[in-house]
Amino acid sequence: MELQAIWFFLWGLLWAVFFMTDGFDFGIGTIYPFAGKTDTDKRMMLNAMGPLWDGNEVWLITAGGVTFAAFPLVYATMFSTLYTPLMLILFALIFRGVAIHFRGKIDTPTWKRVWDFLIFIGSFVPALLFGVAFANIFQGIPFDGQGFYHGNTLKLLNPYGLLGGVLFVLLFIVHGANWMAVKSTGELQARMAAISQKTWVALVPVAVVFLLASYFATDLWANYFKYPVLFIVTLVNVAALLSIRYFVVNQTYFKAWFASAATIVLCTFFGIIGLFPALFPSSLHPDWHLTAFNASSSPLTLKIMLGVVIIFIPIVIGYQIWAYHLFKDPVTEDDLDMDEAY
Amino acid sequence: MDPVFLSRLQFAAATMFHFLFVPLTLGLSVLIAYMETKYARTGDKTYLRMTKFWGKLFLINFALGVVTGITLEFQFGTNWSRYSAYVGDIFGSLLAIEASVAFFLESTFIGIWIFGWKKLSAKAHAGVMWLVALAGNLSAVWILMANGFMQHPVGYVIKDGRAELESFIALITNKHGLLEIIHVVPASLLLASFFVMGVSAWHLLKKQHLPIFERSFRIGLVVGLVMAIVVGITGDMHGVNVSKTQPAKLAAMESHWETQTRAPLVLFAIPDQENEKNLIEIGAIPGILSFLGFHDFNAKVTGLRDIPKDERPPVLPTFVGFRTMVGLGTLFILLTIYGWFKRNHLTENPTYLKIMMFAIPLPYIAMEMGWIVSEVGRQPWIVYGLMRTAEAASPISTTQVFTSLMGFILVYGLLGAVGFYLMAKTVKQGPDAANQSEKRS
Ligand code: HDD
Ligand code: HEM
Ligand code: HEM
Repeated sequence: MELQAIWFFLWGLLWAVFFMTDGFDFGIGTIYPFAGKTDTDKRMMLNAMGPLWDGNEVWLITAGGVTFAAFPLVYATMFSTLYTPLMLILFALIFRGVAIHFRGKIDTPTWKRVWDFLIFIGSFVPALLFGVAFANIFQGIPFDGQGFYHGNTLKLLNPYGLLGGVLFVLLFIVHGANWMAVKSTGELQARMAAISQKTWVALVPVAVVFLLASYFATDLWANYFKYPVLFIVTLVNVAALLSIRYFVVNQTYFKAWFASAATIVLCTFFGIIGLFPALFPSSLHPDWHLTAFNASSSPLTLKIMLGVVIIFIPIVIGYQIWAYHLFKDPVTEDDLDMDEAY
Repeated sequence: MDPVFLSRLQFAAATMFHFLFVPLTLGLSVLIAYMETKYARTGDKTYLRMTKFWGKLFLINFALGVVTGITLEFQFGTNWSRYSAYVGDIFGSLLAIEASVAFFLESTFIGIWIFGWKKLSAKAHAGVMWLVALAGNLSAVWILMANGFMQHPVGYVIKDGRAELESFIALITNKHGLLEIIHVVPASLLLASFFVMGVSAWHLLKKQHLPIFERSFRIGLVVGLVMAIVVGITGDMHGVNVSKTQPAKLAAMESHWETQTRAPLVLFAIPDQENEKNLIEIGAIPGILSFLGFHDFNAKVTGLRDIPKDERPPVLPTFVGFRTMVGLGTLFILLTIYGWFKRNHLTENPTYLKIMMFAIPLPYIAMEMGWIVSEVGRQPWIVYGLMRTAEAASPISTTQVFTSLMGFILVYGLLGAVGFYLMAKTVKQGPDAANQSEKRS
């Protein structure tokens, strides 16, 4: 019983960490064609995430893997009912991955334009669709007790779903611009700080509307009213959101990036807490909700996997922090000159 | 067309495409780590230039391996949801372990390797490459254990209508999985050595960058020779094991219809699955099949006719696949042995160099054929003896699978073409001039 609850929150945490880490890569990729005025700007942006994005993406693979291992029924139902959006995300991620690696391999404008476009698609589409998908999960997905999907993919683009998508995109843009402000200097840094501030102005109302809409479109708030202490999470979330602007204005960009990271994690947890104990609710009948208790693996598997996660995830976090530390300084012209640079 | 068939096609296309890149990643990472260690130890700039040159090819290949892997991780859920629900308790944990133990290590450290030339000492940088190599091969270990479970399920009990884990130790000491590991990892090194030898041969034939490519060729030759032999030995162990655990696969590998003792090995045949016989059979050598399968000339080998019709795998691909793999495996041993005797006079043997250049695709073919034997030969089971492939698919519509399959074919086709073009371009460019790779490292 408790094991399953622990796994529920670990599951949520892995998705949250994925959004937090790869989120800034998605954000950078989304503003990339607009904010990168020259080829040097663009290369600055690619090299700012260069050493890190691949490791960040593995959080997605791990989140997927852990869904499979701890909640096989959720893995099976979630990914088969959301077949089309997931395939779109996967293709977008393919484009992003190869585009970042291949763009710099040939020095002609057409070649670069193609990959630039794919970097944008490969970042914007996952950002949007992950938001849409999670907002729809918050509402419930029309599947029955046999895992049959009775919906229509286009219906995922309902107003609340789209709102979730826009929220994710804006969050990631702010997060990405903050990272770029950390990793650049001079004019580019000023431009990125401005993007972060302006996007933040749009982000705040969207976030507020999303929270309100959640009250009408979903049952997420029910857990909060049942256990009012949980409102602390929401309050901290608001505080983190507000502090982003404070830090950006004060030009303490590292702190701003931490604040946007915290905002993303807390936003994810707003939903995760509200969902508990369901991981994948059915909109057709509450009996068909897939929850931490009716969709989990056997106790033995949960225990073994808990051991694995407790040992290895801290190690991973350790070496990833080392990697971030190694590449925390702004990208310089000298870095761009390296043979291996993107 | 039904969704099951399309899903099979899609999964086959996606794994086979992924596996065009994986073995080179596995093998070449080790060879590069060795070259870079040589540089870190001796300070010899030739090794640095070798590291950088092979590193460039490695990274192009790596990028394609990663992006094609991500789709696979999710396809068990998208296309095989009933399978995932049925064995997720066991199979899912192996994938999750693979991600948290191996993929993180590999992806984080490859980033450090690419961008860390100026930030780390030469020794630390070489160490990072060893971690990348270790991580890649670790990921192979876990995924092959997962596949081993599908081939030969162990360590489970059936409870509440699904397979639940009973013994983790049994799961990770699964004989079939271990055999896959000791066959695939050396085969990957073999493929990488042939790649290195083939590319080096091209430059040696043009008589350019001789120090770099003579050394590279020799590294490839030594590793290739050893691995060609190891692959043959572990392949034989694989065969012996399969004849015990999956008699239907063995019979299909040999297109063997009649149960008999002193079963012959047929060198060439055209199987006729419909009429349960071979149309043409040439060169049957008595007793050899019994010997290969059971290491006993008189052993009894079950024929396909004694296996229920609905438990027979498709014979033609399994049969042809096996013959191609073993034939090529024998050829690799001959080619590397010949090379060994000529190792000090490579440039005086242009014909051999040319052969080695054209041999680059052969290990790839052997690899893919080996997987066809293994996976098609397992049919109609998705988990041998436990669950049929037809029962494993997701309840999704034909249109959805058809659309995504077309997407895969289109996108992978383009990726393959771009990847090949970039590789060829990098090979032609050759290594950087000595002063350049020094300046930039
Ligand atoms: C360079 C590649 C290569 C080469 C030269 C060989 N193999 Fe292989 N073989 C593979 C690459 C491979 C593979 C693609 O990696 C497979 C697929 C599954 C596996 O474990 O390894 C495989 C599978 C495989 C299987 C099927 C196991 C199963 O059912 O899962 C057998 C029986 C053999 N091999 C036997 C041999 C023998 C007797 C060889 C003699 C030289 C040989 N292989 C050479
Ligand atoms: C990378 C090397 C691999 C290749 C080239 C490969 C090839 C194939 C092929 C050709 C099929 C289609 C068989 C058929 O339907 O007739 C198949 C099916 C499948 N393979 Fe593999 N395979 C590989 C590795 C793996 C591994 C490591 C796993 C599991 C971890 C796996 C899981 C599956 C599944 C789930 C199916 C679909 C169901 C089925 O058709 O049985 N494969 N593979
Ligand atoms: C014998 C079969 C397989 C082996 C040996 C293998 C090994 C590898 C290796 C070494 C990589 C690193 C990147 C590269 O090689 O270029 C990789 C990437 C990947 N593979 Fe496979 N793989 C196999 C089949 C599969 C299957 C069936 C899956 C599905 C679960 C899978 C999932 C992945 C994923 C998700 C990645 C990306 C990891 C990253 O971002 O670093 N692989 N695989």
